[in-house]
Amino acid sequence: MTLTYREALNQALREEMRRDDKVFLIGEDVAYYQGAFKVSKGFLEEFGERRVVDTPITELGFTGLAIGAAMTGLHPVVEVMTFNFAILAMDQIVNNAAKIRYMSGGQISIPMVIRGPGSAAHQLGAQHSQSLEAWFCHVPGLKVVAPSTPRDAKGLLKSAIRDNNPVIFIEAQLLYPTHGDVENEEYVIPLGVAEVKRTGRDVTVIAYSKMVLVALQAADALAKEGIEVEVIDPRTLRPLDLTTLAASVKKTGKAVIVEEGWPFAGLGAQIAESLYTTVFDHLDAPITRVTGRDVPIPYARNLEDAAIPDVECIIAAVRTVLYKE
Amino acid sequence: MLLIRRFEERCAEMYALGKIGGFCHLYIGEEAVAVGAIDALRDDDYVFSAYRDHGHCLARGSDPKAVMAELFGRSTGLCKGKGGSMHLIDVARRFMGGYAIVGAHLPLAAGAAFGVKYRGGDQIVLCFFGEGAVPCGACHETLNLAALWGLPVLFLCENNRYGMGTPVNRAVALYTNVSQNASAYGIESASVDGMDVLAVRDQVSKVVEYIRTSKRPYFLEAMTYRFLGHSMADPAHGHYRTKAEVDDAKKRDPLLLLKERLLSKEQVPETDFKAIEESVKKSVQEAVEFAESSPAPSLSALEEDVYS
Repeated sequence: MTLTYREALNQALREEMRRDDKVFLIGEDVAYYQGAFKVSKGFLEEFGERRVVDTPITELGFTGLAIGAAMTGLHPVVEVMTFNFAILAMDQIVNNAAKIRYMSGGQISIPMVIRGPGSAAHQLGAQHSQSLEAWFCHVPGLKVVAPSTPRDAKGLLKSAIRDNNPVIFIEAQLLYPTHGDVENEEYVIPLGVAEVKRTGRDVTVIAYSKMVLVALQAADALAKEGIEVEVIDPRTLRPLDLTTLAASVKKTGKAVIVEEGWPFAGLGAQIAESLYTTVFDHLDAPITRVTGRDVPIPYARNLEDAAIPDVECIIAAVRTVLYKE
Repeated sequence: MLLIRRFEERCAEMYALGKIGGFCHLYIGEEAVAVGAIDALRDDDYVFSAYRDHGHCLARGSDPKAVMAELFGRSTGLCKGKGGSMHLIDVARRFMGGYAIVGAHLPLAAGAAFGVKYRGGDQIVLCFFGEGAVPCGACHETLNLAALWGLPVLFLCENNRYGMGTPVNRAVALYTNVSQNASAYGIESASVDGMDVLAVRDQVSKVVEYIRTSKRPYFLEAMTYRFLGHSMADPAHGHYRTKAEVDDAKKRDPLLLLKERLLSKEQVPETDFKAIEESVKKSVQEAVEFAESSPAPSLSALEEDVYS
């Protein structure tokens, strides 16, 4: 069947809440308002206030509360209205969710998901447009997922909910209305497994979240000139499926890494380092990164567009690694 | 109380000898709060604490040997040597941990209480924190959520008058009655003499009953005093308080107050105190020997327990 990304998330969460009474949804405006982006549409009606919990605007408080619920046996799904607001809960996520298992010598597990949209949408300004996945990926104890399609969003969210660790699940606001094929029957997609979104022999392009869509457009354009790009979506950013990425780069000998986030100490730097240490001998050109610009995201439409990678940026990077500038 | 006192006196020695590392915050002077409050709980209630947590952990019944081994960083420690002084955790006793970011464990306690309510249970959650945590955003967000949702938490503020070296009157706007911070959220509150273990137990017993029946949170301020420095890095009184003030507080040492009462009102014979002293001395000695003789964690433990 064809679903939107938003509907796929709704189905995943609904199925998991039906499966397990320990799973509950908590966040700002998730119940009566049905979610700022309507991911929890119909949930209050089906599950009631006990399991669909509206909170005051207190990210630190309700994220910490969810961690406490997780450490005593529940399985919270925390919706952050956007990941920009998760910064307010960063101490709880980094110092509590990620560390309690380790500090307790394995006595406690924190089975929870923190999900919501990340990255820029349209002219939301500097405080509502950030791609913060690198912050979370830096922290041992967290898993980080960033799906690009409705199918991946559904299968990965179900796995994230069933995982016994804190999982940061980053959606993208611009992906919510996008459509895609999703299996009719129940399925899960394991965390930590990348997917080849398009096969190609010439260049490997690694992209995640909404940058996958941009990379696929670039690949279509390049195919017209006979350049076959392989597009790989890691899907889970931590743990990273280096095996799949490395296998592709071994085949093509060239890699471009695309991310919407900032370049300095960005996720692409880590992926590049991981590839250099595993497949350096197979590379025909230095790995090239395509990133957002090193600035806060501006409001003006033309400046915002200039701050975020587009099809042309990716095409230019592919030409660079092919020495076809 | 005597176990905590003697245990921590040995901790100070072991710290001076380099057997215990890192930060080590002793609870000496404040023992009546942990002992009186935890004695009023059921085994299936939950306890959360901050970084000055040795006393709460021992009062909850954790094995002194495992606690000392944890402080020594040994594999036999409560948390396999990975937690340390500020992160003692003993889930079997529902001692959910010591946390070292001031105020940041209050939401966790509310979350455990949320779980109790979600399951329809009647357990309560006892959350210890210092008056230094009261101005934190985490404290206020948690008080609001607990009041809003009727969560069974006893917020027990151990007011020892100093957040490290900053006195309460320079840190908390409503310092004369810290409980007023909870009143603003409609949470019932009281203050208790934290140097009198029986007063603490009586008061907490009543409060626990209130929480179990009303399903509401409660805020209790225990007036107490730390006889030693903030941590082992801090002298007993430092520049922020006078020796006279510390000496004056020691006149109301919770151990002395209890002993006087037991001798005068309960007619407990002096020999009983000697027997308790001997037994405590023995168990502390055993704890030190156990820790000394326990192995350090194997290096393979380094990467264990990061993920489930």
